Amino acid sequence: MPDALFEYLLRLGDNTLVLGHRISEWCGKAPILEEDIALANTALDLMGQTQLWLGLAAEVESKGRSADDLAFLRDVWDFRNVLMVERPNGDFGHTIMRQFLFDAFHLPLLDGLQNSSDQRVAEIAEKSVKEASYHLERSADTVIALGDGTEESHRRMQSALDLLWPFSGEMFLTDAVDDALLVSGIAPDLSQIKPIWSKTVEKTLREATLTTPEDDFAHSGGKTGRQHTEDLGHMLAQMQWLQRAYPGASW
Amino acid sequence: MSKEWPLWEVFIRGQHGLSHRHVGSLHAPDAEMAIKNARDVYTRRNEGVSIWVVEAERIAASSPGDKGPFYDPANSKVYRHPTFFDIPDEIGAM
Amino acid sequence: MYAQLVKSSGKGVKSLEEMDPQERAFQQRIDAGDKIEPKDWMPDGYRKNLIRQIGQHAHSEIVGQLPEGNWITRAPTLERKAILLAKVQDEAGHGLYLYCAAETLGVTRDELFEMLNNGKMKYSSIFNYPTLTWADMGAVGWLVDGAAIMNQVPLQRTSYGPYARAMIRICKEESFHQRQGFDIMMKMANGSEAQKKMAQDALNRFWFPSLMMFGPSDKESVHSAQSMAWKIKMNTNDELRQKFVDQTAPQAEYLGLTVPDETLRWNEEKGGYDFAEPDWNEFFDVIKGNGPCNTDRLNARRKAWDEGAWVREAMLAHAEKKRAAKLAAE
Repeated sequence: MPDALFEYLLRLGDNTLVLGHRISEWCGKAPILEEDIALANTALDLMGQTQLWLGLAAEVESKGRSADDLAFLRDVWDFRNVLMVERPNGDFGHTIMRQFLFDAFHLPLLDGLQNSSDQRVAEIAEKSVKEASYHLERSADTVIALGDGTEESHRRMQSALDLLWPFSGEMFLTDAVDDALLVSGIAPDLSQIKPIWSKTVEKTLREATLTTPEDDFAHSGGKTGRQHTEDLGHMLAQMQWLQRAYPGASW
Repeated sequence: MSKEWPLWEVFIRGQHGLSHRHVGSLHAPDAEMAIKNARDVYTRRNEGVSIWVVEAERIAASSPGDKGPFYDPANSKVYRHPTFFDIPDEIGAM
Repeated sequence: MYAQLVKSSGKGVKSLEEMDPQERAFQQRIDAGDKIEPKDWMPDGYRKNLIRQIGQHAHSEIVGQLPEGNWITRAPTLERKAILLAKVQDEAGHGLYLYCAAETLGVTRDELFEMLNNGKMKYSSIFNYPTLTWADMGAVGWLVDGAAIMNQVPLQRTSYGPYARAMIRICKEESFHQRQGFDIMMKMANGSEAQKKMAQDALNRFWFPSLMMFGPSDKESVHSAQSMAWKIKMNTNDELRQKFVDQTAPQAEYLGLTVPDETLRWNEEKGGYDFAEPDWNEFFDVIKGNGPCNTDRLNARRKAWDEGAWVREAMLAHAEKKRAAKLAAE
């Protein structure tokens, strides 16, 4: 599977691109200045990681495309992010819950990628893992505070969790791409990341006094590109508009 | 109006082993979040390696009226400053 | 300038002889270049004026996030997106530093927010103009930040310690803002025909509003005279506006863009440019709330504040529960 690495890098880069974009939508609108600044830091970290992952993807593909070409000139069906990250922000609670569920996955994933047999992948992971570690610390603390805080915040966090839960399973679904990269030692085993994620999630949700949904149904189609949500198209219409409207211009 | 998050004073130690320095303030619900917020607000440009936060109302400060009695006596103890001592040039740096 | 039309209380500047001893000692400290610190005695007028000025400055920073925030999700490259986001984030930071400086004068940040949200306090007129194209990100950085920096650099020497320290931090961080704006303008001005057109259009729309940032002429104003005596205002509005035009006109020329002022020309005798005044009627309309974006900007701020209330309350409630549990355990 010659394209497996390219596909895999798109998955990494599209997750951070799409989530970073969503978080950046909060800029200037967060509940309090300190959170506004913190959210922007998370978004900036994710954008930085995007440049690295998509940059490497473009290099691996070696068809003369750049990271920007991949970000701004692919259409919906070519995106490989999980569905959860393209979901609209909703309220602050929904944004933070989505962030937490992703961070709890992202950190052990990057941790595993640090040992990648591909040096370039290992280097990007090594840089990113420190950022992800802080993201998780912050999002977990905020989930706990908001879950436990007031009746209203508890209700909002529980409803965010219930909404997002069916989107969390996709992060651990594997296909031929994952298998190929596992065999070549480039990527870690997702079945070993799942229990780490579950442990973090259980512990945090318990402290947050939230109830973990029992249904383990998982929406899918994002990371394989089979079927995204309607929301991604709207995001791309906005994100890619300048590049599409003025083809070939330099910015 | 609901209750405001308390104000915290932030002290940061830079890369080069100097003491913690007051860099500013921020709001946070508790000390843990104050440290995190300080990390996000005051170290955006790699300014520090260690953060202290103190709730602003817990800081005891000298009052400005004491300025004379507090600091003037030190003025007369010039021998505490290295420039008080004349060292011959040929000795070199000391 | 982010603090426009800050009216001082009082009828004029008193001479040292007219002052009572406490006030005289205060003025003498300012004249000697001393910094006034939060716990020091200060005249009521000084305190009130500073709260208004720093508050207005802080509000301008956070309302100023909105017109540029408008383009974060549409930035044309990954790098431009990151730069713009970092810049708008800096503005939130600058607002935060300034609110903290105002807080040392005995007003809370929530009170200041309330006054912004209910229209009792103002923010700079410039942020009531829309950002319509990507070139506006260039024009805002180049012109708006350029004008702001012109005002902020001297304020690093202002008499109130916490304000001066906030300004020092802000100026240090701000130096990249104007540069990134000019960098965008250079790209656009050297780009395709459409990009050049965008750049010229941005300059056309932002030129006069930028000149308005300095406020109307205050040569005769007693308010300004008092603020200058207190060193919370360091230059007259006209001085700064002239300096801004002198600095900016050649930059526009370098870009190959035309400043939308047919009267603009170098005056050898005065060693500066002659230029047309902005339409001050428009300025007062905008200040009164009738600018193109006043309603939208304030609504956006109110919405963020109102919708964030449950988060602020919950975070505090959780912190209090944690503290109580810790106390109970001891």
